[in-house]
Amino acid sequence: MRTRVFLLILIAVAAVVFFGARMVNNDYVFFAGYTVLQFIVLATAWNILGGYTGYVNFGSAAFFALGAYATVFWHKFYPLPIPILIVIGGIVSGIVGFGTGYLTLRLRGAFFAIATLALAVVLQTFVVNWDYVGGSRGAYIIRPNEIALIGPYIQYLFLLMLALVVISLAIARGIERSQLGYGFATIRDDELAAEASGVPTLRLKLVATTLSGALMGMAGAPFPYYIGYLQPSSAFGLEYAVNSIAMPMIGGTTSWVGPLIGAILLGSLQQIATVTISSAVNLLIVGLLLVAFVIIAPNGIVGLVQDWMRGRAK
Amino acid sequence: MGLSFDLLINALIAGILLGGFYAAVTIGVSISFGILDIVNIAHPAFIILGSYIAYIVNSRLGIDPIVVSIAMLPVFYLLGAGVYQVYYESFERRGQEALRGLSFFFGLLFVTEVMLILVFGVDYRYVEAPYIGPSWRIGVMDFPLRMLVPCVVALVLFGALQLFLSYTFIGRAISAVAQDQLALRLMGASPIRIKRIAFGISIATTAVAGALLIIIQPVEPSVGREYIGRVFAICVLGGLGSLPGTVIGAMLLGIIESFTATFYGPSWAPAVAFGVLLLTLAFRPAGLLGR
Amino acid sequence: MAGALLEVTGLSKRFGGFVALDGIDLSVAEGERVGLIGPNGSGKSTLVNCICGTLVNETGTVRFAGEKVDGLLTHERTRRGMARSFQLPRPFATLTVADNLRVPLLYTVNARPGSALSPAALDARCAELLQLVALADKATQFPRDLTQVEMRKLELARAMAAEPKLLIADESMAGLSQSEVDDIVGLLIRLNERGITIILIEHIMRAVMKFSQRLIVLVSGKKIADGRPDAVIRDPEVERAYIGE
Repeated sequence: MRTRVFLLILIAVAAVVFFGARMVNNDYVFFAGYTVLQFIVLATAWNILGGYTGYVNFGSAAFFALGAYATVFWHKFYPLPIPILIVIGGIVSGIVGFGTGYLTLRLRGAFFAIATLALAVVLQTFVVNWDYVGGSRGAYIIRPNEIALIGPYIQYLFLLMLALVVISLAIARGIERSQLGYGFATIRDDELAAEASGVPTLRLKLVATTLSGALMGMAGAPFPYYIGYLQPSSAFGLEYAVNSIAMPMIGGTTSWVGPLIGAILLGSLQQIATVTISSAVNLLIVGLLLVAFVIIAPNGIVGLVQDWMRGRAK
Repeated sequence: MGLSFDLLINALIAGILLGGFYAAVTIGVSISFGILDIVNIAHPAFIILGSYIAYIVNSRLGIDPIVVSIAMLPVFYLLGAGVYQVYYESFERRGQEALRGLSFFFGLLFVTEVMLILVFGVDYRYVEAPYIGPSWRIGVMDFPLRMLVPCVVALVLFGALQLFLSYTFIGRAISAVAQDQLALRLMGASPIRIKRIAFGISIATTAVAGALLIIIQPVEPSVGREYIGRVFAICVLGGLGSLPGTVIGAMLLGIIESFTATFYGPSWAPAVAFGVLLLTLAFRPAGLLGR
Repeated sequence: MAGALLEVTGLSKRFGGFVALDGIDLSVAEGERVGLIGPNGSGKSTLVNCICGTLVNETGTVRFAGEKVDGLLTHERTRRGMARSFQLPRPFATLTVADNLRVPLLYTVNARPGSALSPAALDARCAELLQLVALADKATQFPRDLTQVEMRKLELARAMAAEPKLLIADESMAGLSQSEVDDIVGLLIRLNERGITIILIEHIMRAVMKFSQRLIVLVSGKKIADGRPDAVIRDPEVERAYIGE
């Protein structure tokens, strides 16, 4: 299936989802759905660097929060339309992704992973100490109630996030089938042999970190409008780091389908759990599932389905 | 002039004492990461676990936290051996350490923190001991005992481990396993068993480090996260695999943090370690004493 | 030396206190078939790693086709025409056998100015290479499904896919049967006749003697012999190095 056709199918599905949600006539669907869509983008972005290229990023929260805080910064300065803020968030996080990669990707993957963790903490410390964006007290963003053509503002945010989902899934799938995808896979499989075969590993790794960071930043840009009150502890929250790792690992890291499945399943599970049990227990479940899947089903749900289908074919 | 000299010398002392404690925290990672090449980012989780165990026993039975931690050494050793076995079977053997091994430890770190929150809540916990509170004064120099005692214990721990690694068969096998697994096998020692013992020791140190931590400061579940950066910053700064390097790196970091907190305020402290780490990785990844 | 494709001067490499290579000088002319032998641990693979850029040497220079390549990354050296196979095969485990060969075609051959292959030509080249090493029927399988011998052949094929001017084959024949060894030697000689300069690192003396026009001996990081194969193996120092150990 050519990428163009895939894109059209995605857009069609997205349209169905949006108009279907409007028919339910309950704004809660949009609020909960926004979170799930956000996770799809984060999980897909993480997987480009993690699943495709083999480099673990523990600092997804940093890139996400950068996008969110870029929005807060501009909002106080000169309010811009959200699509532009999304682009800005993407650029800022993309640059930081590039910078982090440039500093650490010549070392081993483990050092990159630790550096991403370090990045998250350093950025959080900066933000906490920066009063212009609210510091530790947080920042309020007043969001309008309605927007022309669509109606309730939350539906507009939902639509934007849906667009980001379409973009990131299209990019992920496009990479998988391209020369770039081969390059990423060789870096994951054996970086030394990749270099010896002519793959410019450092350059490709930088592409992966920049792209992954940019997508996460784009997902973070509308967040302040969604949540209304942005605090460093919520923007840099550990649940973003865990979820962006758990969702692709549980869904399956080898294809674009994995993060999608992981995000929908875990995202919905968490929405239900947060409402019925507690948010701490819900995170515990995610963590336990991550550990369990990583040990028992390393190729995730997609892997399990593939094994099952192969078993039936015999 | 006299006032700032006081401030300076005491910031230095606090930094050195803190550094000693940081060495105890990091020595386990020096073994698991420096020698065994296992990126155990869940190391701080075990330390916090050690802190909470010290807290429970101390608050119920009044036993000194350091004594508790020594009693817990075999338990933590077995825990470490068990974790290594799972890690080996699931990841090392299949060559999947890079992605899945890391995620595994991350999951452990996360699960431990959340479980502690569920059981103990987010309130700060602390222990009581006769040396928490008083200080020794020598002239203008101030030695808070709650920092001096952990520093001394840390140096004893370091000394014991260094002797073990240099003078016992198993200790030397551990140092060798990083470099030549074939030679080890030819000598009749199973590299897996040696690595399991080493990792067990690495986690056993966290029992002590945890007790020292809760002596120095009150503890709550998310405190572990600050230590991830510190631990790896020290390891990298000191040079992987070098135990003396770890101590020097720890002292350096302790001093830098102490001066930053004294002159710029404590809210910048978390960034210091991670900043040091990023800078070291960018400019001198082999560390100061590394191989 | 005029016409030298590869020129190594004064190359040294240490690991901590251990000197793996001590001032190695060697040069390989275009079109030559050179054999490189030496006991285990003599530094052969380290030398290959330094020549290809996988390791960075402390002293010395490597010149390829007249150009100084020190400081160039491995993939840049591969694109300039240096290819190597690894002593322990390092296939891309999640790619099919055919795709393993596609990678150097995409990233090396296609990356050279003026030699971009169309997708059809690429597929044809893949198939041709698979035929050459008798792996055509395993094209859609994965490296884990191959035998040790087949993995070594894949390793060699992947190096050949980069269409090198210089191919360094690092112990590709360990574990092969006599006839398989002869096959590979024949294959390498045919490649050489097509114009590819080849350095063969091997322990199997029969193969080395049959293949090499020139023999270089490495012992404990030092080059102790360099000349015609029949003269070199009679060199008393070489005998001492092999038999005296």
